[in-house]
Amino acid sequence: MPKTHISTQINGDSYEFLCNTQQTLLDVLRQELDLKGSKEGCATGDCGACSVMMDDRLVCACLVLGAEADGKKIETVEGLSSGSSLDPLQQKFIDLAALQCGICTPGVLVAARALLEKNKSPSEEEVRFWLAGNLCRCTGYDKIVRAVLEVAAEARNA
Amino acid sequence: MNDMTQTNLERALKIVGSRPARPDGVDKVTGRALFGADKSLPNMLVGRVLRSPYAHAKIISIDTSKAEKLEGVKAIITSADFEDFPSEFVPNGEMVVNMKDITRNVMAREKVLYVGHTLAAVAATDEDVAEKALALIDVKYDVLPHVLEVEDAEKSDAPLLHDDMITIGVEPMPTSASNVAKRVEFGLGDVEKGFSEADLIVEREFTTQQVHQGYIEPHACLASVSEDGQAELWCTTQGPFVVRNFCSKLLGFNAAQIRVTASEIGGGFGGKTVVYLEPLALALSRKSCRPVKMEMNRAEVFTSSGPTSGAKIWVKIGVKNNGKITAGDCVLKYQAGAFQGAPVGPGAMCAFAPYDLKNVRAVGFDIVVNRPKVAAYRAPGGPISEYGVESVIDEIAMKIGMDPIDLRLKNAAKEGTVAPYGPKLGPIGMIETLEAAKSHPHYSAPLGANQARGVASGFWFNIGGETSSSITINEDGTVGLTLGTPDIGGSRASMAMMASEELGVPMELIKPIIGDTNSLGFNFLTGGSRATFSTGTTVVESTREAIEELKKRAALLWEVSLDQVEWVDGHARLISGNEPKTMSLAQIAKQAGKTGGPIMANCSMNVTGAGPSLGTHIVDVEVDEETGQVSIVRYTAIQDAGKAIHPAYVEGQMQGGAVQGIGWALNEEYIYNDKGELENTGFLDYRIPVCSDVPMIDTVIVEVPNPNHPYGVRGVGETPIIPPLAAISNAVSRATNKRFDELPLSPPKVLAKLMHG
Amino acid sequence: MDYVTPTTAMEASKALAQDGAFALAGGTDLLVKLKTKFVSPSVIVDIKQVPKIMSIENSTDGWWIGAAVPCAEISEHESLRQDWPGLVESLSLIGSTQIQGRATLGGNLCNASPAADSVPALIAAYGTCIISGQSGDREEPIENIVTSPGVTVLEKGEFILGFKLPKPESGTGDAYLRLIPRSEMDIAIVGAGTSVSVDKDKKITSIRVALGAIAPTQIILDGLEDLFIGKEPNENSINKLISIAESACRPIKDKRGTVEYRTKIAGVLAKRTLTIAYKRAINH
Repeated sequence: MPKTHISTQINGDSYEFLCNTQQTLLDVLRQELDLKGSKEGCATGDCGACSVMMDDRLVCACLVLGAEADGKKIETVEGLSSGSSLDPLQQKFIDLAALQCGICTPGVLVAARALLEKNKSPSEEEVRFWLAGNLCRCTGYDKIVRAVLEVAAEARNA
Repeated sequence: MNDMTQTNLERALKIVGSRPARPDGVDKVTGRALFGADKSLPNMLVGRVLRSPYAHAKIISIDTSKAEKLEGVKAIITSADFEDFPSEFVPNGEMVVNMKDITRNVMAREKVLYVGHTLAAVAATDEDVAEKALALIDVKYDVLPHVLEVEDAEKSDAPLLHDDMITIGVEPMPTSASNVAKRVEFGLGDVEKGFSEADLIVEREFTTQQVHQGYIEPHACLASVSEDGQAELWCTTQGPFVVRNFCSKLLGFNAAQIRVTASEIGGGFGGKTVVYLEPLALALSRKSCRPVKMEMNRAEVFTSSGPTSGAKIWVKIGVKNNGKITAGDCVLKYQAGAFQGAPVGPGAMCAFAPYDLKNVRAVGFDIVVNRPKVAAYRAPGGPISEYGVESVIDEIAMKIGMDPIDLRLKNAAKEGTVAPYGPKLGPIGMIETLEAAKSHPHYSAPLGANQARGVASGFWFNIGGETSSSITINEDGTVGLTLGTPDIGGSRASMAMMASEELGVPMELIKPIIGDTNSLGFNFLTGGSRATFSTGTTVVESTREAIEELKKRAALLWEVSLDQVEWVDGHARLISGNEPKTMSLAQIAKQAGKTGGPIMANCSMNVTGAGPSLGTHIVDVEVDEETGQVSIVRYTAIQDAGKAIHPAYVEGQMQGGAVQGIGWALNEEYIYNDKGELENTGFLDYRIPVCSDVPMIDTVIVEVPNPNHPYGVRGVGETPIIPPLAAISNAVSRATNKRFDELPLSPPKVLAKLMHG
Repeated sequence: MDYVTPTTAMEASKALAQDGAFALAGGTDLLVKLKTKFVSPSVIVDIKQVPKIMSIENSTDGWWIGAAVPCAEISEHESLRQDWPGLVESLSLIGSTQIQGRATLGGNLCNASPAADSVPALIAAYGTCIISGQSGDREEPIENIVTSPGVTVLEKGEFILGFKLPKPESGTGDAYLRLIPRSEMDIAIVGAGTSVSVDKDKKITSIRVALGAIAPTQIILDGLEDLFIGKEPNENSINKLISIAESACRPIKDKRGTVEYRTKIAGVLAKRTLTIAYKRAINH
């Protein structure tokens, strides 16, 4: 079976890879590129653990073909921090205990960052509906929502 | 231990009770943390599982010859690769397991007993080849009638899952087989006499549906068995030692041959306490002499792991007009799934346990049906039985015109109460949580249109068990902790905090890790709300032993007797003499080589004395009477933690448990078709709460210390899933003036009740 | 399985005419079917590079929405939201934020689910679609596309290029509501899309109510003109609307809802969408 040659940009770096048509972007990230921060909770777009940005749109990497990434700009959880400094969301999640097991955390962080890029002062309701596609079974969402709201407020006051 | 507890409680705590960053926080927010599916090895194969398409069938034959010939297939296993066992029950947390059943659940032997039951597994060079090989395995079945519900399974003409199953606990012993594995009974006093004294008796039947833990990380593992039979297993589990023991028994390894390393675990809630893929991956690796990685997909998690029971229950409570309960009685019939072991025992034990009752009885039946074998799920059995009891209590409160918290206060269990399951209770926080609920602003806040408020309480025992951990003092004064209970929700933080508190060194200098099965003595699993209690106890004990050793070393260096040295704030201090003389932990550690070598300590014990945790929840719901939709408007969870080591993670347990309970109450359920196939095998139709379904979950931590833990810890993980079921049902009942007795309260069911009563 | 990215409508049609070819737009349905082995295409035709298929245009003739524009992008279109708020609300309900980043109107229609959220709203807005094929383009009303669950009128080599919506005359309002068990992430148990136009006396001049998930395909309620045209809605006409909606239902019982429930909710949502659409119309 011929593989497709793909050139893409991930977290600011150029990548090339070969993929089978049926491989999803999530398969490629995890299996071919060893970027294991994006998690597979369902592979059907229902849990959000594989949330990534593709050309500035929040998507589930499990619902994108690897081949579709050609010429695209992909951002994953591995690209949230820069050098040794964490994204304020990452730091706030640690400070407020907004994670327990941590499996949903990469996807939640990518999704929350996307929200704050689009909406500087989201309401609690807006945060909750924006994150409705990111399932978390441990936290009951309370501390996640608080962390996102606090980071938004601190960014506004900065 | 009581004396030490006194010392601790009198001392001002510096670290315990604060909210430091968790040691694994950065790894978890950057995607660096490695979970079950995140590890690979060179030359690795992919393992896939052939699963039963039938709910109940005799296996006539399994022919793997065609699949074996497929290029890229390296190993195929069936039940022939597993040991068989006689029937023998062994405890596993709050659950009991039987090796005869476990080997049959891991790999079907004579029969398949549910859709999704494992029949064979393949290891191949890639997933495609493995899938093709599965399709080439030829299985001949004799399809049998199946049974899914307890009320059908207990009928005398029901299809029999196991033709040698004779009900245990019935006198005289039945002479013929049935699907009822056992009957249990707990109680006190004379129930009939109690009812005869009642002014009001309310009895009601309830139905709950099978629900799944719904951890976001599917089961996954990576096994590597070398040519000389040495095995390495990486897996997502709540108990690597338990996995080692199950796998070594199932496959005929000895314990030392298998080293199990627990990955980071993406949620478990009891569901990752038994083995599914792990023995298959080991067997495939042993056969192929190559590493084998296996992952369940989401559908497999739903069909083939271990959800908890659906149930039919009956509850009867008698009460005086003043609210004093005179008698309580209940019958619980729990689905076990394909093999016996429903959590009906603990369900019966805790059904009435929040209350001080003189006449009480709880009878439970463990009934096999053609569904996956149930596993533990957060307070296994408790949410179901207590849902029934707490619903009837609420109905009584309405009927006698009493506030539901006052009614509970009137009957609350307290220190000295004889629990319905036998023992006399130590200090417990039922009254304290009820009083905190009553005085919480939520309880007196105004309600909007179509809204109502419900309350319910919950009781859970918590457990201790075999535990082993160690502490090392490094030569630069930093500290290593090796723990044997996987960290699901921040336990590395709480262990490091307790060690930090004892040692008097900053938490940042303490590095806690989860050790593999060769690094410590046996550890029972993370479950039963035991990690902070049990592992915490061993951490405190071993830290105190290390402190004794540090004092000894200081005494040597000062050339004084040990009794001249005390330990204060991370320093040895000379007690006698005019000028204060101190030596820091780092200074002592630096000279360890000169004073007797490395400093380390460990503690291995069977921890006892777990303290029950009581909780009371308040919920406001709004019911759309045209559509039957129920929304959660406001929620407050109140719980006795004994002592909250890291309050943020205690709150997290309360919030997470409450929302799992909300899911159970509102929308979660296994839906089967008439062929016995599960219809909702994904998160689209198995509807766990999403972020927009719930409000903030307000919490109040009550602290009635457990005298059997150095800091008073009770364990908090399980109790919070218990109250939501009844609290929500009670609120919906009050909002609509109809008494609801069936879960989930999904819109179609609520509207049907509103339309037809 | 091959993967091709045609850059013209004709190339796309030719690729789609091959045996076992499947069109890929947002992939939110197709990739799930691939993963669950529900389909095994010989070739996946990614149609997103076809001209006009990714554009939204507003002209005097009305609106053009390319079939492969992600819903998230459509919802960000403020003037479209002003003209057809109900339609934009309907497509904003499809799946999660992540799904919105990929899901498309073309896909939602061609997946041919009776429960598709955007379809009742598109029908209520008198939408049409342009079907591209090897013999050129043709225009069809939305309600003619789906013939039964999973089946459309599209022939081999055909695909939807985009949607046309009229520019709403003044005094027009639309609304879409669905019933799901949770607040998000579910498939509609019932969906209802309604549009009404009113004259300056607030009397209804046109009305259309389309229901989803209560029959094998979306249906348009009959007999509403006599009830509503030339009048303001009143308790009597709304009660009749409810019974018309209920009696139009031919639902199935499945894991998402019973026949009785779906029937009851169809009436409730018809009433509620009419109320919203009418309010929007008199303020338009």
